[in-house]
Amino acid sequence: MPRKNSLLSNLDWGTVLIYLLLVLMGWLSIYAAVYSEEHSSILDLSQRYGKQLIWIGLAFGMGLLVLLSDNKIYSVFAYVIYGLSIVLLLSTLVFGREVNGARSWLHVGSLGIQPAEFVKFATALALAKLMGQQGFKLNTFWAYVKVGAIIALPAGIILLQNDTGSAMVLVAFVLVLYREGLPGWVLMCGVFMALLFILTLVLDIPAIATGLLLMGLLIYWFSTRRTKDAVRILLSALSIGLLMYVVANIVDVEIDIDYYFTVPLVVCALMALVFSYFSRVRQALFVGGFVLVSMGLALSADFVFNHVLETHHQKRINDLLGIEQDPLGWGYNVNQSKIAIGSGGLLGKGFLNGTQTKFNFVPEQSTDFIFCTVGEEWGFVGVLVVLLLFGLLLLRLIKLAERQREAFARIYGYSVVSIIFFHVAVNIGMTVGLFPVIGIPLPFFSYGGSSLWAFTLLLFIFLRLDTNRFVH
Amino acid sequence: MYSRRNIIISGIIVLVLSVIAIKLFYIQVVDTSYKHSANNNVLRYVTQYPARGLIFDRHGELLVANRMAYDILVVKNQVRDLDTALLASLLDVTRAQVREAFDQIRQQRGYSPRKAVVLFKQVSDSAYARFQEKMYLFPGFEAQPRMMRAYQRPVAAHLLGYVGEVNEAIMKQNPYYQLGDYIGINGIERAYEEQLRGIKGTKIYMVDVHNRIQRPYEEGRYDSVPQIGRNMTCTIDINLQEYGERLMQNKIGSVVAIEPRTGEILAMVSAPTFDPSLLVGRARTANYRALQLDTLQPLFNRSIMALYPPGSTFKVVNALVGLQEGVVAPTTRYACAGRYPIGRGVGCHGHFSPLSLPQAIQTSCNTYFCYVFRSILDNPRYPSIKTAFDAWAEYVRSFGYGSRLGVDLPNELGGVVPGSGIYDKVYRGVWSSLTVISLSIGQGELLVTPLQMANLVSTIANRGYYITPHVVRSVEGSEDLAPQYAQRHYAGVDSTWYQYVIAGMEQAVNGDASSGGTARWVALPGASICGKTGTSENPHGNDHSVFFAFAPKDDPQIAIAVYVENAGFGGTWAAPIASLMIEKYLNGSVSRTWMEERILNANLLDRHAKKK
Repeated sequence: MPRKNSLLSNLDWGTVLIYLLLVLMGWLSIYAAVYSEEHSSILDLSQRYGKQLIWIGLAFGMGLLVLLSDNKIYSVFAYVIYGLSIVLLLSTLVFGREVNGARSWLHVGSLGIQPAEFVKFATALALAKLMGQQGFKLNTFWAYVKVGAIIALPAGIILLQNDTGSAMVLVAFVLVLYREGLPGWVLMCGVFMALLFILTLVLDIPAIATGLLLMGLLIYWFSTRRTKDAVRILLSALSIGLLMYVVANIVDVEIDIDYYFTVPLVVCALMALVFSYFSRVRQALFVGGFVLVSMGLALSADFVFNHVLETHHQKRINDLLGIEQDPLGWGYNVNQSKIAIGSGGLLGKGFLNGTQTKFNFVPEQSTDFIFCTVGEEWGFVGVLVVLLLFGLLLLRLIKLAERQREAFARIYGYSVVSIIFFHVAVNIGMTVGLFPVIGIPLPFFSYGGSSLWAFTLLLFIFLRLDTNRFVH
Repeated sequence: MYSRRNIIISGIIVLVLSVIAIKLFYIQVVDTSYKHSANNNVLRYVTQYPARGLIFDRHGELLVANRMAYDILVVKNQVRDLDTALLASLLDVTRAQVREAFDQIRQQRGYSPRKAVVLFKQVSDSAYARFQEKMYLFPGFEAQPRMMRAYQRPVAAHLLGYVGEVNEAIMKQNPYYQLGDYIGINGIERAYEEQLRGIKGTKIYMVDVHNRIQRPYEEGRYDSVPQIGRNMTCTIDINLQEYGERLMQNKIGSVVAIEPRTGEILAMVSAPTFDPSLLVGRARTANYRALQLDTLQPLFNRSIMALYPPGSTFKVVNALVGLQEGVVAPTTRYACAGRYPIGRGVGCHGHFSPLSLPQAIQTSCNTYFCYVFRSILDNPRYPSIKTAFDAWAEYVRSFGYGSRLGVDLPNELGGVVPGSGIYDKVYRGVWSSLTVISLSIGQGELLVTPLQMANLVSTIANRGYYITPHVVRSVEGSEDLAPQYAQRHYAGVDSTWYQYVIAGMEQAVNGDASSGGTARWVALPGASICGKTGTSENPHGNDHSVFFAFAPKDDPQIAIAVYVENAGFGGTWAAPIASLMIEKYLNGSVSRTWMEERILNANLLDRHAKKK
């Protein structure tokens, strides 16, 4: 392949095309969200769509610059870039300006940037550098500590800025770790624990305890086929509960209903542990431990929810689960967002004809809730197109990542996939009421220079690495 | 190495995006609760304005009520095939006015053709009734009911105040108010705005593509109900108020009457006045401008904002201070040969001589009070003129002069009681009791409002204390009056000294022919009016005619102060007006028609015009 043309011919034009389409649709949505007949010039710099045009121009410039740069600098300077981004992040704690309760903005003159946006690709580079080293394997304790430190450091600082949403984005790196060898059951356990947490908020403790007991018995029975043990455990659980009831009545003590269910469960689980020690049935150890940990988590979930989470987090979760509703108060955003999207119907109201998003019913309509405009004006067909474009982009990026020869490029590629995926899923999820409201932008769509530039850099660095895939 | 995991990750991505797509399909296509029909749908928040509280007089007569008017709103880009001629005829306006109104709304700040904006304000209910029948011909139009004030009698404009639309500054200051809301702008309406206005509510409606209201959103679950404003009873006797305004017609000045026992203001007249209905409805702006341009300043509430020298009425204060300080006794006599002979001198008028303190008040002898005032200031008890002067000023302030009394009306002024400091400044530290001798007869650097005058005479009637004058007696739904309107404020003079001053005031009105009383002709048989005339010199023109009085002497029911600007001697105009007011209040009617006639027919405005 002639060296001269290698950049142009090796560039993955499909990805670039999807990127351009998303940016264009994003800009049209911002235009529609802010649009009013008074300001009709698209270059009106007092309006967000006018400013966004400038941000887009700059983003294109950055993308081009990345493509023209030497591809080695990213792996060579990965730690340097990571360090710089951490310094930048720390400086917000000192010089930052508070916006919406989060101290996450740095102001240089009139330009405001959000370092938390840029820390994402820096972390991705550092992670790729670490895990891409010859002989690095995700199977030792120290490997996990190093990986964990790289991810947790920026996450911790962002949490200090009170920007929970951006910090949560770093959870997305779990997907990268999974691709690079994190055992599948860790992922499963994570999902199960999250599910359990949510179930605890919806159901009461007796139901959870009963569920755990039955689940434990089933797992045990399926893995050992020891029917006798299972029946014995079930019977002893029932008899412990009954015994408690009888004793409580005789002694005339009021016992909280929760204890009738948790105590037998815990006793049975402990019995299983003792049993496994003597009988050397390893499954009993696992199931007993699993049930104990789960029960502990379930019992602490209420505590965590009420004492660790802040009120607005609690309310957003309650709203999502339908426990409490207040569509004019804190449930306002999501309710209005759903009305806006829902009112779009199958085909939408047509470009610039949205009413919900324009009458300021939906707050943050050009930033975090930009998807409402898409839903309202372009309907289900429009949102499907957007979802398909994001889906195509992600699958394409996975394909590109898999074709890399260097581990560095592959790991970085998966980081790009994970970050974009997390943003898309959570952002759209919250606008349709599938996820609690977390203020993170929709990639390439949301208004704002920082987020657009950060995603452009994130993507184009990977495309640049990809053009070199044939070079050793 | 783990290369099959790319498939699992791809699967997760596809799964999550599919779940989102299904949810989107559900809320956009399957679930119709997010939309009324398949397309356009907006929630409309309609403000529910509560009725403003009613205002009653002290006898329960309704003074201020509400009536309905309608604002006509339009959503510009929903207007189709507008029949301007029909619209104009329905709303009682000309076609040109309709076009003008449309031009005007376009220039409003924040105008949007998609939002409902007010096209015509406060259309009468008859016009609205006509329009409503034909409303189907006017897509994009709607009507919003508004409460307007309805004044039952054309009186008490200053006192009641008025209601108008909020401006930008108010909205910025208080987020409760939004564009188009009404707020009390003056008088009781402003002072008791929060109680009178109630609390707005909101109704949420679903509207269709033509912006027509379809039904309440979620069966009205999120609506908030407006709370109607609270009614209130004011302390005004509306008949007395109306009578006072009649007496003051064609005059400039003020009448304030107070019930001494309670501090309740019975009447508060500021002349010239105007019909409060002028400031309601569509003609308000034009009427307001006309009133504002009137050189007689009818909008100016003289009762609490005009500052006058108290004139001779102030002699009672100096008498009381002198008695309290022990520099003069009730029996102390001074001779008067027509002027106070020391220094520049102060002129006096003809009366017998020598006279005692009550007689000096009765005849309003200037000379006597020059002696008293100088004795107060040159009292050897005080180390210097400054301390003596400040002690005197403190006494004067204890009668409520020199600072706002705290009446429950906005814009009250506090008047002026000088301290020794200003004389130090003007005379560079070198001054004596002779320098400030004008203060002995209520001239000089003293300025008071008619309300403060009435409050002073109320204090005398109470023999030593006053209750802060107020105009609202009770607010519906709250048990007690604000505590500051029940509390006694004691002036710095012991109650025993008042009888001598009151004796003088009684004689001034009720003395026999030879006694030289200054207001003998206004005596009301059986009422034992105690009064004091004043003729307050002022640098702006002819003297103001001043009189204050209370009656009856032993069971005071009413204390009253009257100022008639540029009308001359206090006994001539102010005294009969006060006397007629007292008769009206005590007896319910007036028997001295000759006196009434003379006042009603008097036009003293030309004296004002001649001032120079």
